Amino acid sequence: MTDFTMKKDADGVAIITWDVPGKSMNVLSEDGIRELDALVDDALADDAVKGIVITSGKPDFAAGMDLNVLGGMKEKGGAEAIFGLVMQLHGVLRKIERAGMDPKTLKGGKPIAAALPGTALGIGLELPLSTHRIFAADNPKAKIGLPEIMVGIFPGAGGTTRLVRKLGAMGAAPLLLEGKLNDPKKAKAAGIIDEVVDDPVAAARDWVLNAKDADIVKPWDAKGYKMPGGEPYSAAGFMTFVGASAMVHGKTLGVYPAAKALLSAVYEGAMVPFDQALKIEARWFTNVLMNPSSGAMIRSLFINKEALEKGANRPDVPDQTVKKVGILGAGMMGAGIAYVSAMAGIQVVLIDAKQESAEKGKAYSAGLLDKAISRKKATEEKKSEVLGRITATTDYAALEGCDLIVEAVFEDPGVKAEVTKKAEAVIPADAIFATNTSTLPISDLAKASSRPEQFIGIHFFSPVDKMLLVEIIKGKQTGTRAVAKALDFVRQIKKTPIVVNDARFFYANRCIIPYINEGIRMVGEGVNPTLIENAAKMMGMPLGPLQLVDETSIDLGVKIAKATRSAMGDAYPDGAVDAVIFKLFEEGRLGRKSNAGFYDYDEAGKRQGFWNGLEQNWPEANEQPELTEVQHRLMFAQTLEAVRALEEGVLEDIREGDVGAILGWGFAPWSGGPFSWLDMLGAARAVEICDKLTATHGERFKTPALLREMAEKGQTFYGRFGQQKQAA
Amino acid sequence: MTEAYIYDAARTPRGKGRPDGSLHEVTSLTLSARLLNAMKQRNNLEGHAVEDVIWGNVTQVKEQGGCLARSAVLASDLDESIPGLSINRFCASGMEAVNLAANQIKGGAGQAYIAGGVEMMGRVAMGSDGAAIAVDPSIAFKTYFVPQGISADIIATEYGFTREEADALAVESQRRAAAAWADNRFAKSIVPVLDQNGLTILDRDEYMRPGTTTEDLAKLKASFKDMGEVMPGFDKVAMLKYPHLDHINHIHHAGNSSGIVDGAGAVLIGNEEFGKAYGLKPRARIRATAKIGTDPTIMLTGPVPVTEKILADSGMSISDIDLFEVNEAFASVVLRFMQAFQVDPALVNVNGGSIALGHPLGATGAIIIGTLLDELERQDKNVGLATLCIASGMGAATIIERV
Repeated sequence: MTDFTMKKDADGVAIITWDVPGKSMNVLSEDGIRELDALVDDALADDAVKGIVITSGKPDFAAGMDLNVLGGMKEKGGAEAIFGLVMQLHGVLRKIERAGMDPKTLKGGKPIAAALPGTALGIGLELPLSTHRIFAADNPKAKIGLPEIMVGIFPGAGGTTRLVRKLGAMGAAPLLLEGKLNDPKKAKAAGIIDEVVDDPVAAARDWVLNAKDADIVKPWDAKGYKMPGGEPYSAAGFMTFVGASAMVHGKTLGVYPAAKALLSAVYEGAMVPFDQALKIEARWFTNVLMNPSSGAMIRSLFINKEALEKGANRPDVPDQTVKKVGILGAGMMGAGIAYVSAMAGIQVVLIDAKQESAEKGKAYSAGLLDKAISRKKATEEKKSEVLGRITATTDYAALEGCDLIVEAVFEDPGVKAEVTKKAEAVIPADAIFATNTSTLPISDLAKASSRPEQFIGIHFFSPVDKMLLVEIIKGKQTGTRAVAKALDFVRQIKKTPIVVNDARFFYANRCIIPYINEGIRMVGEGVNPTLIENAAKMMGMPLGPLQLVDETSIDLGVKIAKATRSAMGDAYPDGAVDAVIFKLFEEGRLGRKSNAGFYDYDEAGKRQGFWNGLEQNWPEANEQPELTEVQHRLMFAQTLEAVRALEEGVLEDIREGDVGAILGWGFAPWSGGPFSWLDMLGAARAVEICDKLTATHGERFKTPALLREMAEKGQTFYGRFGQQKQAA
Repeated sequence: MTEAYIYDAARTPRGKGRPDGSLHEVTSLTLSARLLNAMKQRNNLEGHAVEDVIWGNVTQVKEQGGCLARSAVLASDLDESIPGLSINRFCASGMEAVNLAANQIKGGAGQAYIAGGVEMMGRVAMGSDGAAIAVDPSIAFKTYFVPQGISADIIATEYGFTREEADALAVESQRRAAAAWADNRFAKSIVPVLDQNGLTILDRDEYMRPGTTTEDLAKLKASFKDMGEVMPGFDKVAMLKYPHLDHINHIHHAGNSSGIVDGAGAVLIGNEEFGKAYGLKPRARIRATAKIGTDPTIMLTGPVPVTEKILADSGMSISDIDLFEVNEAFASVVLRFMQAFQVDPALVNVNGGSIALGHPLGATGAIIIGTLLDELERQDKNVGLATLCIASGMGAATIIERV
């Protein structure tokens, strides 16, 4: 089994082909590095070889480094092993770049070109960047770039150093700091690659046969090289670097170690010769990999997210691919579900009580597609094809032949029961019926069904086309085929599923509501509202609790509060929260939708400062809490609920708890999710904080027995639950 | 313990730090050497009269690089046996030179020093010596680095100073500086800058804008608003350190911040024996000195804790101080000082400050000690405190007492 093979032709061109057996995409492994190294050595030593072309045997070039390898490195050998591996990789790539030339005269090297048939990401671009010229096929679907920052690391195989030297700090910034991907034409325009051609291998072959000595000397290896835009202590460079630190710091709020390490690698590397810069890059890269945040991010956002998408928790039943879905209710949610289903090639029947409403639901898809066309992301043909799959009607008879129903009508058990019966009267006996409820227990709704084992919850988040998470909820009687069906549907529409058991607010809302409530409660206590919002953001929450409740609407909060209060009776713990939101509600401040909530909004709906009524009704207390106390309250409000969900068996897999939290409500992505965050903190420390919060703020922070037990035993969530689940 | 006395204090007039400024044609070396010559002449310093020349200077590159202090000694008429020490504590460099000299004398290391500093801001641009704290992410992140103007605006926001208050302070600075010149109050200290032929280049502070009104200042655009709110967005960094602030109130502009100028100042400090040997009369003793590190983000609040420290160290209280010099780096720095100690504004910067007169970074600390002493003598008061805020979050202070 070899990942790289080499063929030498009669003209003296050695073609090195990357083709990892048994994978649809090339990824680089430790063996791969050794193989590539040996082939490059062979070609450089062989007098008959005049030039080298590196390409792929697959439709794409490569997806990057095998992140499992990096994780394994950390476990096995720590910093020394990672640094060693990275330096070994630098050695190979630097060998390609120098290509056997005399380091003084810069003559006598062999031209080496990269030929990219398609997508080239991460190391899949860093390897080509080490060659002398990059040819890419004219493939608009191909993505070229360095997305490492998205999973909490940064390009560590010379990509950072080479791109900055090629484009300057300013030019490289969006590619490195935002992980921006380009199609080949845009990549060429940005100066990342050199040529876009029909046949990259032929063009590359041609080029290596004709390249001169000067063509293969990288600017940074030539005399008198100056970094574009200037190094940090040049007049222009100084301003760039001052701005870069400030921008990255402001944007990442200081919680993403990778962005900061990347910037340090760029800054320190810019002032030294190239080989020293690679060493600096390797040290920072190692440092980031050793940081628990990067490990947690890779685990949740890459490895476990992918595992869940590939059906890690799918019951072993035959394929349940959805062919025709019936959607009941063409409101905001129904319309969104229709869109993502039709986009996935599924036939859609979109039903509403009024034809006009059903049509409006379908028009939502048309609107999204028009927007995509204006951005050149779709064509008119695509639009008519997708819209052609959606039948908007009031007629339940049209549901005939649907193998899945997704009910998205008004949150009223009576209405839901009625449409359930109407649909089940028409659909095939083996069809699965799913409800998109966000508040009503699945097991209760299933009572309206004549086949409760085929009844399940599929909870989408709004807006459906943007939100990546789908929560699948098993009722008491839900059978394994219904679960498999829901999972296959979610896979078809390219979202990430988590499967949970039926309990109040399921998983995501169960955790997010206490977060919002804690923020509101603090307003009532006279905590500076700016401190509340910033404390949340500085923990990596995308929105502060007050902004979030403005977005989701205050009347919804009031509604949930009333329902919860009537369900819980005297045990209802959130009276202090209600005192605040009921006041806003009475004032007609319903959040963004009424242009008035915790914040004021201008006529265009743009958020302004806080409503001055906050200060009038709940004046700022003279004694303000420490930032960390506010942060602990906001974080533990969420994470304790996640732990309770696990304790109660609502959550069956901590991977789902972590991935679901990040994708569902944006829980501090840098942390890898609530369970990863608690692991990072350590159970003992977490218990200590909980006990303190309980003493000061009440029973809602009561330490769950599970957490206390873990603290006593010195356990972590991934240590205790991670392995067991993987083995299962 | 040995006392350290001030025997003389002198300064050049401050020229506009711009290509059309009167001192722009003069090199840092020449300006330094001429002021040293004045010190020599005014006090009849022959031979190895002083132990060292300690010269504050912030931007130590190009003509201000290469230990300008030693070059200045060699370029002057002082004896070559006198060495030279260039030092940099940003805006308090000139004060630190005085304090170092005083404390060495108190400790028995030498009988006398010339301490002071120079900054030709129009010739060697502020910041042109680089600064890791601004560009190296490993420290810029750790310290929540923002430029000084943003820091001054954070002070205004955190402690509640309005644009109107800042502008009023600036107008008053201009009024007092003009009045001081009209009354010839700087005469004892001013050393006109002459050329090599004895012709006058500048004999008067030229940065001042007498008659400035609050209406004039109200028209000026806040200098740090764009860099704070838009590109690159320093306010966001500031708010990470001050998360209870929902915005930064940008109140500072060219009219209520210190002026960019060229200038130099020097103080002659010695023990009692030195005075006797040279027939000089001590004017004041350096009663106490202090320096402190503070939060580098808000950066410029140092005068408050360093004053608390110097008072505590010397067993004094704020009411023991008759007059104050608080460097007007930005209006909010002085407003904060007066707020913290509840001192009478009439006692602070009696003859105007850096907003009206300009702030030659490396020299100001020495200049304001001289200004303070002149005013104590004029009003026949005894004890004065001078203090400055310092970049990267520091503060320095000196207490002098007439003898």
